[in-house]
Amino acid sequence: MRFALIGQPNCGKSTLFNQVAGYRAETGNFAGTTVTYTETKVRVLGDVVELVDLPGTYTLLGTNPAERVVLDYLIEKRVDAIINVIDATHLVQGLTLTLELMELGRPLVLVINMMDEAKRQGLKLDGEKLEQLLGIPVMPMIATRGQGVREAFTRTWHIAQKKQRPEPPLYSAEIEKSVLHLKEELEKGNYPVSRRAIVVKLLEGDPGLTEQVARKLPGITTGIQKQVDILCHHSSRQAVWLIAAERQRIARELAAQIMHQERARLTLRDRLDDYFLHPFWGYVLLLLILGLFFYGVYGFGSLLEEPLLNFFNNLDVLILEKLQISGFLAQVLSGAVQGISGGLAIVLPYLLPFLIGLGFLEDIGYLTRIAFLMDTLMHRMGLHGKAIVPFILGYGCNVPAIMSTRIMEDPRDRFLSAALSTMVPCAARLAVIFGLVAFYVGPWAALGIYIYNLLVIAVTGRIITHFLPEDSPGLILEMPVYRLPTVKTVTAKAWFRIREFVFEAWPVLIIGSIILAIMNYFSVTQYLNAFLQPFNKLLGLPPEVGTPLIFGVFRKELSLVMLAQAFGTSDYAAVMTTQQMIVFTVFVVFYIPCLATIISIRNELGVKATWAITGLTVLVATLAALFARLVFLLF
Amino acid sequence: MMSLLEVINGKWVRVVSLTGGLGMERRLAQLGFLPGNKVRIIRSAPFHGPLLLDVEGREIVLGRGVAARVLVEYL
Repeated sequence: MRFALIGQPNCGKSTLFNQVAGYRAETGNFAGTTVTYTETKVRVLGDVVELVDLPGTYTLLGTNPAERVVLDYLIEKRVDAIINVIDATHLVQGLTLTLELMELGRPLVLVINMMDEAKRQGLKLDGEKLEQLLGIPVMPMIATRGQGVREAFTRTWHIAQKKQRPEPPLYSAEIEKSVLHLKEELEKGNYPVSRRAIVVKLLEGDPGLTEQVARKLPGITTGIQKQVDILCHHSSRQAVWLIAAERQRIARELAAQIMHQERARLTLRDRLDDYFLHPFWGYVLLLLILGLFFYGVYGFGSLLEEPLLNFFNNLDVLILEKLQISGFLAQVLSGAVQGISGGLAIVLPYLLPFLIGLGFLEDIGYLTRIAFLMDTLMHRMGLHGKAIVPFILGYGCNVPAIMSTRIMEDPRDRFLSAALSTMVPCAARLAVIFGLVAFYVGPWAALGIYIYNLLVIAVTGRIITHFLPEDSPGLILEMPVYRLPTVKTVTAKAWFRIREFVFEAWPVLIIGSIILAIMNYFSVTQYLNAFLQPFNKLLGLPPEVGTPLIFGVFRKELSLVMLAQAFGTSDYAAVMTTQQMIVFTVFVVFYIPCLATIISIRNELGVKATWAITGLTVLVATLAALFARLVFLLF
Repeated sequence: MMSLLEVINGKWVRVVSLTGGLGMERRLAQLGFLPGNKVRIIRSAPFHGPLLLDVEGREIVLGRGVAARVLVEYL
């Protein structure tokens, strides 16, 4: 059996999914965190059920690639039951999608999530009455605390077994007449969704579906046009609006019958935006929050980096002494120790507090506030505030950042925000910035690199905008309410991302470090370094950085970890000047996105965009590093 | 009739119609900007920034370019 979770953005589908699947789907308190579907197997009443978490969508008529996924999935795959999650505090909007789903003719369960939030706002909902009115099971839920989850799945299993189909909602007489006419033209057959649903989507003008149907039934387009014209003639409005208005009317009538608004207790939480979005204090708080975040990461990380580095350096010496070995084996062994130490002493101490902090800001709902405050600035770079989502995700890892560009409707916006967000220093590059610059030069220098990075991104954005002028009208997004995340969801989310580092990146770091040790032993690195020597000369870097920079394309941390191997010490201050450290870090921050990012750019935007972005980053990296060097030479 | 940009902060207005092409109109309709629905500007960001709107109980952010496409009238 297969169940699908469907709901509007930020209604808690992924939270529910994670409750039953363990942390598998990314969650965040803003619209559009889930851009593709995630599947898992769950056990319901002893039966193994395939559960799929689909991206949030307001209607089944997708307007961006993430939303398109939903209808395509429903048409292509056999879904035995749909679990429709709606936000109790936005009942009317949620029900409009429910009505659309009822048309599909698939077993359907309605889950009213966030009952705790509704209670806080003084909303009383009569679920039993709604169940009678709609004729489908209605289940209350508080997904964040796991309340009502088991009951909802059991109920879904039962209706899927019975293949209990919902009755579609009835619209106004004119619309029903058109639906009937078109239904006659659409021959009977085995459709993945009900014929009525197809006809309604055709009237609404779904481009993908119209094309699909017209391929089999070329005559249907004139039939559709005729009905659209008739409806337009009656009301002087397009069919798509008539149907949307009808759904909203029905949803409103339903809500009025089952919802009772008591006096809401306004708390501090409802007034937070008076401060956080204030035209002056909002920006002060933004700087304060980001500054605190930065210092938290630095404070925690630097506290651990020094003792851990000392420990591993001593360990390296100790092992070689105790085992009485030298030559090839010794090289390999200390390569391995450098790799392990790089992951544990340089990367993890900063990654851990960073991911916990980012997860907290995401879940509490602050990211959308940043988008609101920064929209004007983003426009100067040729983007609108929505592009802040890939930007901020990019600080964690560029791969989800690239994927999240799907929330943009316009291909030009997608390209530009993908190109710019690959230049955002991800957690791997954070390790280089903190492990090298903050640790040896000082926290202010590291902060300077972050600010310099933003400036370079802004300038690059402006220049690209000059060639690809902005034509999208701007920001459209829903502001989520503040939610206090639970410790469990924040830690689960951080672990989800750290696990990726520990099991995928760390082994690569260790192996890369060993390979470099072997290459060093056989003097292969000399040739690679010699090849890159003119380039290093240009930037004023020591020749040893050549090979680590090449390997850094696989994983950005490698460029620092392998540098230790290349120099034969992880005391970077002994082998590099301050200027070299900064120029090196600036170059690492901007040059070629890592392999995983390159692959996801290719998947999302195609080969041409991948080449363009890769070339662009090398160019920007070189110029930015040169400029940094120039500043050092002048002052 | 006027665009949302001309509305005074805090005053309730009613959506009359949308402009800007089918794709944009659909997107706006999904967020609750259907003709007849009530809208209020809660606050606007400085430096000519976006508007934060109350649309039938939901908080929606619209950039000024988009807000110009929503035509409204005072209640």
